[in-house]
Amino acid sequence: MSSLQIWFSLCVFGVLCVTAVGLLEILTKTTETQRSQRLHRGVLLLAVLLLLSVGSVASAQIRQPESNEPVDPVVEQRLTKLSQELRCLVCQNETLADSRADLAEDLRREIREQIRAGKSDQEIIDFLTQRYGEFILYRPPVKPKTYLLWFGPFVLLLLGLVILFSYVRRRRDLISDQPLSNADRRRAEELLGTASRKETA
Amino acid sequence: MGRYLIPLVLFIVLVVFLAIGLGRDPHEVPSPLINKPAPAFHLAELKDPSKSFSAEEMRGRVWLLNVWASWCVSCRDEHPLLLEYARTGVIPIYGLNYKDRPEDALAWLGELGDPYVLSVSDLDGRVAIDYGVYGAPETYLIDQQGVIRFKQIGPVTPDVWTKTILPLAQELNRQGSR
Repeated sequence: MSSLQIWFSLCVFGVLCVTAVGLLEILTKTTETQRSQRLHRGVLLLAVLLLLSVGSVASAQIRQPESNEPVDPVVEQRLTKLSQELRCLVCQNETLADSRADLAEDLRREIREQIRAGKSDQEIIDFLTQRYGEFILYRPPVKPKTYLLWFGPFVLLLLGLVILFSYVRRRRDLISDQPLSNADRRRAEELLGTASRKETA
Repeated sequence: MGRYLIPLVLFIVLVVFLAIGLGRDPHEVPSPLINKPAPAFHLAELKDPSKSFSAEEMRGRVWLLNVWASWCVSCRDEHPLLLEYARTGVIPIYGLNYKDRPEDALAWLGELGDPYVLSVSDLDGRVAIDYGVYGAPETYLIDQQGVIRFKQIGPVTPDVWTKTILPLAQELNRQGSR
């Protein structure tokens, strides 16, 4: 089970929270012109972050088989699709499809042979998990042991939203409007040295 | 005071998780084969390819299967220890020569000494796949019923030998002789 995924979700969540709180600050604390300027900057930052996260999704290519056997495009396509779901155990952040490690080549050969022998995808995946464990699966199965992995980020997101919501509400209560009394207004005008143009009740 | 307590607790929890994460070797993947029957194999012996050896022949004995290769750097590190342990004669050590050229493997044994009762050649690495090998050296402790009881990923260290492999093998031998 990959704790890496949990940490990654946590990081993304953290960045989103910081950005959200930052935007909130901008909206509540600043004047109109500052607000629009900083809002622009915030939105730009958010867009850059999103672009970066999209850019990290690399595209995989169909690899030619290592041996000189004739290439069967149907088999190769199934092999590529299947091996993109499987982890290379030597270089653990690479899929079997991408890895150049010897073991990955052996495992691709194994999968290719099993495809030719008419095994189903599930049978091949079972074959590999029996030998290497569920660690080989890039998409861990949903079961009690992996609930934290699958649902943890959503729980954290919910928790964050609750905290954010209560924070915003508390702030709104803090900055309740207190109407200016006439005495205060006169004093303010005195200090500013401006005569009142429109007198309100 | 109170408002700092929650972030502090969260921070401590985070630090504990990170500390545990740092202490673990991410390259060590627990094998699903522990307490499962050791996969059968039938391979030619390294020193005499006309003879063959199968895991079945070891029924009734506690033995070690050590995956090694002449190209494997860590195997060279592990080798003196294996020689020493083989000399004690407590557990017979068998070698699975993994994806190696037999001439290289024989030269390696000639140069460094041979701790193995015998080695078999897994030329294309198929048996290694059955055993879930992903990085040599790996060592399997197999009991009288042919069940894998322990797997060491990476070189066997004196610590692992004295604290885990040796006591476990002695315990299994005691149970077997009863």
